[in-house]
Amino acid sequence: MTTPDTTSPIDNTAATGLDPSSINVILATDCGSTTTKAILIEKVDGEFRQTFRGEAPTTVEQPAADVTMGVVNSVTEVSELAGRRLIGDDGQVIRPATDTQGCDIYISTSSAGGGLQMMVAGVIREMTAASAKRAALGAGAIVMDTIATNDKRLPHEQIQRIRELRPDMILISGGTDGGTTQHVVQIAEMVAPAKPQPRFGSEYRMPVIFAGNVDARQGITDTFDDSVELSLVDNLRPTMERENLAPARDAIHDLFLEHVMAHAPGYDKLISWTDAPIMPTPGAVGNILQQIAQQREVNAVGVDIGGATTDVFSVFDGTFNRTVSANLGMSYSISNVCAEATLPSILRWMPLDMDERELRNRVKNKMIRPTTIPQTLESLLFEQAVAREALRLAYVQHKDFATTLKGVQQQRTVGDTFSQQQSGQTIVNNMTLDLLVASGGVLSHAPRMAQTAAMLVDAFQPEGITTLAKDSIFMMPHLGVLSQVLPEAAVQVFERDCLVYLGTCIAPAGLGKPGKTCFQYEITGDGITESGEVTFGELKLLKMADGVTATAVIEPAKGFDAGEGPGKRIESEIRGGTVGILLDGRGRPLVLPEDRDACRQAVVAWNQVQGLAELN
Amino acid sequence: MAHAYTPGLKVSPWMTHRIRRILPIAGDVKVSVGDTVAATDVVAETFMPGNVAPLNIANLLSMPPADIPDCMLKQIGDPVAVDELLAETKGIFGFFKANCRSRTAGTIETISEVTGQVIIRGEPLPVQVSAYVAGEVVEVLEGEGVVIESDVAFVQGIFGIGGETVGPVVMACESPETELTPDRITDEMAGKVVIGGGRMTGEAVARAIEVGCSAVISGGLDDADLREILGYDLGVAITGSETIGLTLVVTEGFGEIAMAERTHRLLAELVGHEASVNGTTQIRAGVMRPEIVIPRADDRPADQADTDRVAGHLEVGASVRVIRDPYFGVLGTVTDLPAEPQTLGSESRARVLCVETNAGETVTVPRANVELIEE
Repeated sequence: MTTPDTTSPIDNTAATGLDPSSINVILATDCGSTTTKAILIEKVDGEFRQTFRGEAPTTVEQPAADVTMGVVNSVTEVSELAGRRLIGDDGQVIRPATDTQGCDIYISTSSAGGGLQMMVAGVIREMTAASAKRAALGAGAIVMDTIATNDKRLPHEQIQRIRELRPDMILISGGTDGGTTQHVVQIAEMVAPAKPQPRFGSEYRMPVIFAGNVDARQGITDTFDDSVELSLVDNLRPTMERENLAPARDAIHDLFLEHVMAHAPGYDKLISWTDAPIMPTPGAVGNILQQIAQQREVNAVGVDIGGATTDVFSVFDGTFNRTVSANLGMSYSISNVCAEATLPSILRWMPLDMDERELRNRVKNKMIRPTTIPQTLESLLFEQAVAREALRLAYVQHKDFATTLKGVQQQRTVGDTFSQQQSGQTIVNNMTLDLLVASGGVLSHAPRMAQTAAMLVDAFQPEGITTLAKDSIFMMPHLGVLSQVLPEAAVQVFERDCLVYLGTCIAPAGLGKPGKTCFQYEITGDGITESGEVTFGELKLLKMADGVTATAVIEPAKGFDAGEGPGKRIESEIRGGTVGILLDGRGRPLVLPEDRDACRQAVVAWNQVQGLAELN
Repeated sequence: MAHAYTPGLKVSPWMTHRIRRILPIAGDVKVSVGDTVAATDVVAETFMPGNVAPLNIANLLSMPPADIPDCMLKQIGDPVAVDELLAETKGIFGFFKANCRSRTAGTIETISEVTGQVIIRGEPLPVQVSAYVAGEVVEVLEGEGVVIESDVAFVQGIFGIGGETVGPVVMACESPETELTPDRITDEMAGKVVIGGGRMTGEAVARAIEVGCSAVISGGLDDADLREILGYDLGVAITGSETIGLTLVVTEGFGEIAMAERTHRLLAELVGHEASVNGTTQIRAGVMRPEIVIPRADDRPADQADTDRVAGHLEVGASVRVIRDPYFGVLGTVTDLPAEPQTLGSESRARVLCVETNAGETVTVPRANVELIEE
């Protein structure tokens, strides 16, 4: 099979010159747009554990305009809680660690100031431009626009668009090595006269990375003048059948540090403090997810839903993909979720009836005053209904993007006559998904864990047998950058302190008639022996505590597939959690009744089974 | 009655207002330090490089790109007019020549031997920056723009639509609670900044556009009306580039909500003064709120120092307004600030406060859901 780039997550262990055995105390910060989060990781009984956490407002903007102030404030909170002095009299992080003070390494991620914003360009939208977009997203960037010769815009419209954008950097790809150079140079000829202006500083030269056909390098160099900082790296699509995203991704990280971060207030100081390069936050989250998927040999999906954006990360058969849904979020972008999903689609998840005019005003008031929180149960359930649609839309976008390489020639045999597949199929397969991880306010701070599990299952609709978990205190960014320098510590902390296991969802794919058998189950394990039948449309929840494992034998009815094929028995080890085992007979794809009353009755019944809320 | 505004939003009868009026690229500053400028005066101007139009001559003439320089009748730096001959093939024995004409006017910027593409740069585009707020030029930023200072009354709104505009203040609603309906918009309000009270209806906005008002300012607006006015559902609060015919500023929020009495009274005091209004709103990092800036020609009273926001913190006795359901818009006084987080009706735990409403009822609300107001 031909798939996109499968390079491993970055490992800088050797580069940092650290001896892992001598490290006992690790300090990590994540400088977000709103708050800076610091965590302390210490070796306890020979294993790395996350021990203390502190949080303080980020100080990138006026009046402070120095990111290190927020860092010092959050680290000071950790310091007070831990009884360990971490900031010295010189205002810097103390190193190395002794029994009472300091840490052995200090690392950080950053998404402050809007993160890394890029424009990418390639010759063909579905081929080299798609690969360039994957490289930029994988590096943790927000892709503002993708320019390609076939993007259905006229050349002057493309140039006008480039002029209007103010990206932090530009990635240009195009052509396979040894192929024609003409179209690649043509793309550069669009970008050069547009003279795109960077976001920060007039003294800042726009970084442009060229990662296309090596034969076009001279033409590209000749096209640009001194107003840009041109970097030439290996082709990210050297042949049609192969992606090589690592050199472009590394160049993005280097330029992010050298140019973008260096122009953000206080970052020059922060860069000098850290023992490993500062990573864009989403890049770090992707790093740890890849690491875990690789180590456990599982397929995993992670989601981080914020106020403005929703990031989806996936690793299927070793292939990593990340997408950012720029305007799907729970506060700044809540109105856009309602506009894209439509209010009726959101209201189908509500067990209560609500007035549409009032709801629309409530949504807009949340948008203009994004820091308010739901006070009533009705308000909370509505936000969770919005979250289901935001997550669903973000996942649809992710599936459309995470595909096999397009434009690859396929050799077919007579045997393929009736099963011909085009290139560019999504590689996201809910049936082979093993682990689904949630993070972000609405998921992490839901008053009941069952609500988090329900939002995940309703939005992502996992099929077969899937473990559900959430990031306890949003430490995946910290662990992502730690996995660069000390992978062992990152994995230990991820396993023991980062994830809160919610349980397992068992949901055969297929549709049937309400009341008819969907599947039969038999679950046996430590302290649990359960068996029975789940009918189509029914949900059951079995309590099974975190840390408990059991063997589940699932016998799907004819037409239903639990992972081994329609009607075929499957036996698998499952894991309990704070919610338990969700036996989901609602079918896949999950279809809600169109009639409003029937829909509400179904949602009320599901709500009752899962214990989501006490409805009067 | 209390007067409300969100913490961080400015409402000031007197303040020294400084505004930087900067060109997007370097250019000429048209005024000097000490000059008095009107809101509509041009203070700086420049020319942006013109739009570029690519033309693939190799494709049009069916020639290899490397041969294009030999076919060109115009060279880099030459001006070209619309329909002017740009390139011509040599033909066969001088016959059957193919040629190519320019589709736009401009100057030839590049001729590529690799792609056969010719880039024609159009005429420079003039860019002018107006003063926007009347006042005195206190600083000239050479080649960039100016800083203008004035004594003003200043009101920040919570949400707006449309860009910069100027006009004299006129009142359409006598009280801050009064709904702004179309019958309150008269033909005499053309070119003026219309001050409403409570919610502005969609019909009132339509009438204001028809009359030709410069701006409409009121306490609230229904989202359904906003969708009608814009013609689409607004997704994210990044506005300012709309061209609906006027600028709208909502001072309090969406739905039925009265304008803060202090804001309404201040604007009523300044009827007839020229106001500079900008609806641009960006609710993201580096937040921008809409504004109403009214330069004051009268002398500042001795007791009027700059006041621009509510001082102090949430404390017992402070006046607040609830900004989220189920008590949206309710005014009252803080009676207790429990230190420990409490469980809300939603079952979330959060820090709360107790408010005795103006109707005499005591309610408990999350601290995140109130804004300080000033007596």
